[in-house]
Amino acid sequence: MATRDTDWDGVRLHVVTGKGGTGKTTVAGALALALAADGRNVLLMEVEGRQGIAQLFDVPPLPYAERRIAVGLGTDARPGGDVYALVADPESALIEYLEMFYGMRYAGTTLARLGIMDFATTIAPGLRDVLLTGKAAEAVRRKDGSRGRRYDAVVMDAPPTGRIGRFLNVTSDLSDLAKVGPIRGHADTVQKVIRSPETVVHFVTVLEEMPVQETLDGIAELASLGGIRPGGIFVNMTRPLALSNGQLQAASAGSLDQSLLALGLKSAGLDDSTTLVAQLAGELSQQARSILAHDEQQERLDETGRPCYRLPWISGGIDLAGLYRLAAALRAQRAA
Amino acid sequence: MTARPPALDVDALIADRRTRIIVCCGSGGVGKTTTAAAIGLRAAEQGRHVVVLTVDPARRLAQSMGLSSLDNTPRLVQGLSGAASDPQEGNDSASAGSLHAMMLDMKRTFDEIVEAHADPDRAAQILANPFYQSLSSSFAGTQEYMAMEKLGQLRRADEWDLIVVDTPPSRSALDFLDAPQRLARFLDGRLLRLLTTPAKVGGRAYLRVLNAGLGMVTGVLTKILGTSMLRDVQTFVSALDTMFGGFRERADYTYRLLRAPGTAFLVVAAPEPDALREASYFVERLDTEGMPLAGLLLNRVTQVPARHLSAARSLAAAEMLEAPASGGPDAPSGFEALAAREMSGRSVRTDEPAHPEEAARLLAVSALRLHAAHMEQAAAERRACEQFTAAHPLVPVAEIPAQPEDVHDLDGLRRIGNAFATGRRADASTGAA
Repeated sequence: MATRDTDWDGVRLHVVTGKGGTGKTTVAGALALALAADGRNVLLMEVEGRQGIAQLFDVPPLPYAERRIAVGLGTDARPGGDVYALVADPESALIEYLEMFYGMRYAGTTLARLGIMDFATTIAPGLRDVLLTGKAAEAVRRKDGSRGRRYDAVVMDAPPTGRIGRFLNVTSDLSDLAKVGPIRGHADTVQKVIRSPETVVHFVTVLEEMPVQETLDGIAELASLGGIRPGGIFVNMTRPLALSNGQLQAASAGSLDQSLLALGLKSAGLDDSTTLVAQLAGELSQQARSILAHDEQQERLDETGRPCYRLPWISGGIDLAGLYRLAAALRAQRAA
Repeated sequence: MTARPPALDVDALIADRRTRIIVCCGSGGVGKTTTAAAIGLRAAEQGRHVVVLTVDPARRLAQSMGLSSLDNTPRLVQGLSGAASDPQEGNDSASAGSLHAMMLDMKRTFDEIVEAHADPDRAAQILANPFYQSLSSSFAGTQEYMAMEKLGQLRRADEWDLIVVDTPPSRSALDFLDAPQRLARFLDGRLLRLLTTPAKVGGRAYLRVLNAGLGMVTGVLTKILGTSMLRDVQTFVSALDTMFGGFRERADYTYRLLRAPGTAFLVVAAPEPDALREASYFVERLDTEGMPLAGLLLNRVTQVPARHLSAARSLAAAEMLEAPASGGPDAPSGFEALAAREMSGRSVRTDEPAHPEEAARLLAVSALRLHAAHMEQAAAERRACEQFTAAHPLVPVAEIPAQPEDVHDLDGLRRIGNAFATGRRADASTGAA
C-alpha cells in the first residue's frame, strides 16, 4: 500500500520531543499534516495540557476527545487524509482506563470529584506517564473494522527532551512503586508498543549549543534505556544565506568588500547612502557569524548518524499556510 | 504610534541595596538561566555580593563562568572586573563585589532536610524508603519545592546581599509558585494520613462510617497501584510525621519570603506570542498573589539598524537583481535553488562567483533578503510586544538584543548585562564587527 518510500515506513507512533522554545509543537503539527498525505488518517496527540495544538491550528480549545482539525497535505495524485487531535490528560485517561477494564465509570468520576484521582496520579509519579503513553498505545493499536487500523500514524507532542526518557520508560519507574497489580500489567503492554519498531522518538532542535546538547543527551539517554528507537533530528528555523564560502568567511570576520556590496545595491537602484551599505554589511556579518556557529552545531548532530531534516524559518510567525509549507518541506525530505 | 511601556531600569534595581532577591521567571527556552547569570555578574561587578542559584544543568553556562560544573554548593566565580576575585587576597576597594554560582540538586537538598531534622536511624529509614526515593527524584513539583527551599536557606545564611534565582523549566511558568504548596498540601494532607493509617481507624461509630467510604477508595487505589505501593507510602508518612513540623510551614515561609520587600520578580520572555502569553499570565498571577513584579525582560530582540529600508522595498530590489540571472521564467532563481538545496540537507554555500558583478549581485541579494527577513521579524516582535503592553500598560519593559553567538565566557555575559545600562533601547552596535 506504500506508494513511496519514506525514512519511517512501518512506524506508527511518532513521539516528538525537543527543548522548550525549539518549536516542538509546530514540528509535531507539520509532521502530522505530512503523514496525512495520500489519504492517510493521523492522530495528533498532546499530553501537557497547554492547548498548543488548538493555538497552532487556530481552533477552539480541544477536549479529551478525538476531533478532526485539519486535512492532510494534498499531493498531485491524491487529496490529503484527515488529521485528528486529542488532548490527553492523566485524570481523564485514568477514568477511561477504570471504565474500560473494570466497568467503573461511575466510581471513577465520583472519586475524581473527591480529588482522589489527583492523589493517585500524584503518589505514583510514573502513573501519569503510563496513562498518557497508554492512551497513545491504545490509539496506535485500535482497529477499525474494514480498513485495518483506525489511524495510519499517531504523532505525539511529547514532554521536552529533559523529561522524555523518564516519560517513556514508565515500567522501570513504576516497578519500584507498583510491583504488582493491574496498572503494572498495563504498563508492560504499553512498553511493548513503545519499544517496538513501530515507535520512534524524533528530536526537534535549533542549531544552538544548548538545544543541540540536549538533543545529543536525549539520544544517548534513549540508547541507555534499551529498545526505545531514536528517530530523526528536525532542525527547525533554519535561515539559508546565499553566499559563497569566501564571502561568508569575510562577512563573519567583518572584512566584507563593501564596495562590491555597494555595486550590487546600486544595480538594484539602491545607491542612496554609504550608511545603508555599512548597515547591511553589519547585518550580513552578524548572520554569517551565526551561520558559522550553526555549522559547528550541525556537525555535532551529523555525528549521531541520525537523519536530519531542515525546516525553514517562517517569517512573521507560524500560521496554517506556514504549517503546510513546513509539512511540504518534511515530505520533500522524506521524513513522511 | 502606540504607547510605549515604561522603561525597566535593571541597573537601578541591582544598585538598590534593599533588593535582596531577584527571581527570574518565564516559560522554557527564553534564556532565563543566562539572563540570571548576566544580572548576577553585573551586580557583582557593581559591588554586590551575589549568589546565582540555577536549576538548569547548563555546562556551557558553568564554563562561561570559569567553573567546570555547578553543584549544590555555591562556587566563587573568578575574573570579575572591579571585584575581589579572591577574598583572601583582600582587595580593599569599597566597591568590590563577588559572585558565587550554584546549581540546585533537588535530591541532595531533600536528603539534607531529612538528615537535619531526623535522628540518624530514622533518617536512614526515610532515605531508604522506595516512595521517598521516587518522591525526591521525580515527583512533579519536588524541583520547584526544593528550589524555593534552597532560596530560603541561602536567604537565612545571610552571606550574600543579593540572591538571583532562576526558576525550573516547568510545564508552566507558574508551577514554581504552585508546586511547593501542592507538595506541602499533599504531604500534610489528611487524605494521605487517612488512607495510610487504616489500622488506627475503628472504634468510634462515625469513623466506621468513614471507614466504609475509605474502603471503596482504597479498593480503587489498590486496583490501580497494587498493595505494596500503599504500604510504602504509609511507612514513609509515619516516619516523616514524627520528624518535623510540617512541610506546609516551610512552604509558607518561602511564600512569605517571595512577598517580602526586597524581593523582585523579573519575567523573562522572548518577543514572540507564546512566550509573551505565558508572561501575561505570570504578570496577572503575581499581581493576584501580591508579589512584587519589577518588570518584563524581553530577551533576544532582533536589532535592525537600517530601519528606513522597508521589507517590501528590500525584497523588490532583491527580486529585481535575481531576475536576469535565471535561465528563463521556469528556472528557479539562485535563491530558490539554494533554498531547495538547503531543504535537502546539503551545503548552503553557493559556488565562488567567477566575476565581480556576479559577486556583487550575490552579496546584494543576500543582504537584501536578509534585511527583509529581519524587518519582518522585528515587526512581528513589535506586534507581539504591543499586545502585551496593551494588556499591561504599567509593566516596565527592558530589551536584550539578540546575540549572534552563544555565550562562552564572562565577556559574553557582560555583553548581555550591558543592555541594562543603555536602558530599554538596546546597544545597537553590539556584535556588529
